[in-house]
Amino acid sequence: MTGSAYLGPLGLAAGAVLACAVVTLWRRDLRAVVSVLAVQGIALGVTAAVLAAGSHDIGLGVTAAVVLIAKGLIIPALLRRLVRRDPGSREAAPLVNVPASLIAAAVLIVLSYLASGTVTALAPGTAARLAPIGVATVLIGFFMLATRRKAVSQIVGLLLIDNGTALTTFLLTAGVPLLVEFGASLDVLLVVVVLRVLATTMRARFGPIDLDQLRELHD
Amino acid sequence: MLIYAVLAAPLAAGAAAAALPWRRQVGWAAAAANGAVLILGIMLAAQATHRRLPAVAGGVLRADALSAFMVVVIGAIAVLASGQSVRYLSAEIGRGACTDRHAALYTALVQAFVSCMLVAVLAANLGVMWVAVEATTIATTFLVGHRRTDGALEASWKYMVICSVGIALAFLGTVLIYFAALHASGHAAGSLDWTSLMAAAHRLNPQVVRLAMGLLVLGYGTKVGLAPMHSWLPDAHSQAPAPVSALMSGVLLTVAFYALLRFKAIADGALGPAYPRGLLVAAGLASLAVAASLLLTQRDYKRMLAYHSIEHMGLIALGAAAGSSLAIAAVLLHILGHGLAKGVLFLASGEILLAEGTSEIAKVPALLARRPVLGGIFGFGLVALLGLPPFSLFASELNMVRAEFAAGLGWAAAIALVCMAVIFAAVMAHGRHLLLGEASPPGRGEATPRTVAVPLATGLLICAVLGVSAWPIQPLLHAAAQVIS
Repeated sequence: MTGSAYLGPLGLAAGAVLACAVVTLWRRDLRAVVSVLAVQGIALGVTAAVLAAGSHDIGLGVTAAVVLIAKGLIIPALLRRLVRRDPGSREAAPLVNVPASLIAAAVLIVLSYLASGTVTALAPGTAARLAPIGVATVLIGFFMLATRRKAVSQIVGLLLIDNGTALTTFLLTAGVPLLVEFGASLDVLLVVVVLRVLATTMRARFGPIDLDQLRELHD
Repeated sequence: MLIYAVLAAPLAAGAAAAALPWRRQVGWAAAAANGAVLILGIMLAAQATHRRLPAVAGGVLRADALSAFMVVVIGAIAVLASGQSVRYLSAEIGRGACTDRHAALYTALVQAFVSCMLVAVLAANLGVMWVAVEATTIATTFLVGHRRTDGALEASWKYMVICSVGIALAFLGTVLIYFAALHASGHAAGSLDWTSLMAAAHRLNPQVVRLAMGLLVLGYGTKVGLAPMHSWLPDAHSQAPAPVSALMSGVLLTVAFYALLRFKAIADGALGPAYPRGLLVAAGLASLAVAASLLLTQRDYKRMLAYHSIEHMGLIALGAAAGSSLAIAAVLLHILGHGLAKGVLFLASGEILLAEGTSEIAKVPALLARRPVLGGIFGFGLVALLGLPPFSLFASELNMVRAEFAAGLGWAAAIALVCMAVIFAAVMAHGRHLLLGEASPPGRGEATPRTVAVPLATGLLICAVLGVSAWPIQPLLHAAAQVIS
């Protein structure tokens, strides 16, 4: 599906997606985290573009453009406005501290290589062997979602999961059909818009609190 | 043509609601559009039952008997819910809790929600189905938060985040199936098409499908409300306005389960039935156990109904695990029966909340004496949901248990029956207080408006008629079960 000359740049771009995921765990300043997310969106778009150039796939090229615009520009811009209005936008006390989070990320990366063995074995020597990078990004997103307590951090966790699935999709199958890709991108965009409205409302209602202080509903 | 009409009716009503200033007539028009969905769905079902060939439209949409059946279920509960929405909105506007603009937005979002569910069940392409299921979350999040209390806000955040994560896993599972299909066929065309995937199922790589099915059960299972991914459900269903709860609990859960049924058919072809069966049995039993343990201590009647939904999704998962044609027909009948009964109960609970001002069980005693009609509807609804005759849930539960024993899942059915006994006792205790308890001061019988009583009673009546004899839909159930078993 891809000439071997493209595997180098492809690995670089895909690796950048994962590196950005790790950096989001490292930085506590949410403004910086949002910028890293923008870089990740661009790296994801570049991955798709490299694949498209390698296979002369016009559909995938269009997908790459959609990803670049949605995940590199629009979504980070939406989040940036949310962070800017919040003076205390730091993840002050995550449930797991930063050094431990980075060790956890390393474990998750190893795990994802182990877990994707059956899939990569099916298509050796192609872009598919990079698929564990996407899976690792998904797992780091989970970790972020489970251990961070600011609303913005949770949105970032969700987006890491989404970027990870998108990366896996590109590497394994060179993208899903265009109609599905458009639908999925639109869905993610709307999810971020809705969460942004909710986060703004919650901040207006409850003040700058952490999410685990919400205790209205329980059994 | 019919397929396009099914989608056009609710969309047009939604667009009208968004564009026009809010009036009751707009709400009634939306209800009428959903009524049109029901009628068109029945026509679609009649076609699919007789011709046995799926109707297709534009390569993206298709309607076999299973899809048509789901359209009927969606239409039936949407009519009930959007009819009662008019009353809910008028009451909210009356007490100043809701502006005209919010009422218009509510109506437009409900119609968008119904349209997304219809696209999900009519999609030929599993990727499009995924997009539609994800879109239901987006459309419903603001609806969950519509009352704009602190609790509603918290519930909608939780709902959106957990369901988005779940649905992302389902996307990964879908992509893995696509990967397996690309690998089996070597060309990309139509590889996410359900029909062609079914045809190629036996050639898909079993290891990859195994991984995919695990992700799909986790992912779509989150939207179905199967344990252990159920934690959003009691919050969202208890905080949403009653008509939205009725739609979410009555149909949205089972629309997500419909997606699992489609994938299960593919996995059965690729792996044999044992592995998907194991996943569904585990999720089903866990859901029943969670529902049984948490129903005992419920103090809020809307949360009680929400946990009851988790129980029924568990039962449906067990029935689908059995997998025979009889089992699937029973599962589908259960989907319809549960949708009707749970829809009616949530709508009745909305009416109780409106009249009594609280959703705490302890503060609402002796409904039967104080509000005989409303109490009667709630009581019969509970009887239906507990699986007692003459309601259709009795017949479908009986047939599911029979099919489970026939499939060698007798042990799972036995555990399920124990959980159901616990749930029965718990709900009876809550229900006895709600309906019969001691009220001080003892009230006089208060009337319930006919616009509430007649539709809700009709819903229960249909549920009872289907329980006495499923003849009107027996051929449809049979044809739909044939599609995936």
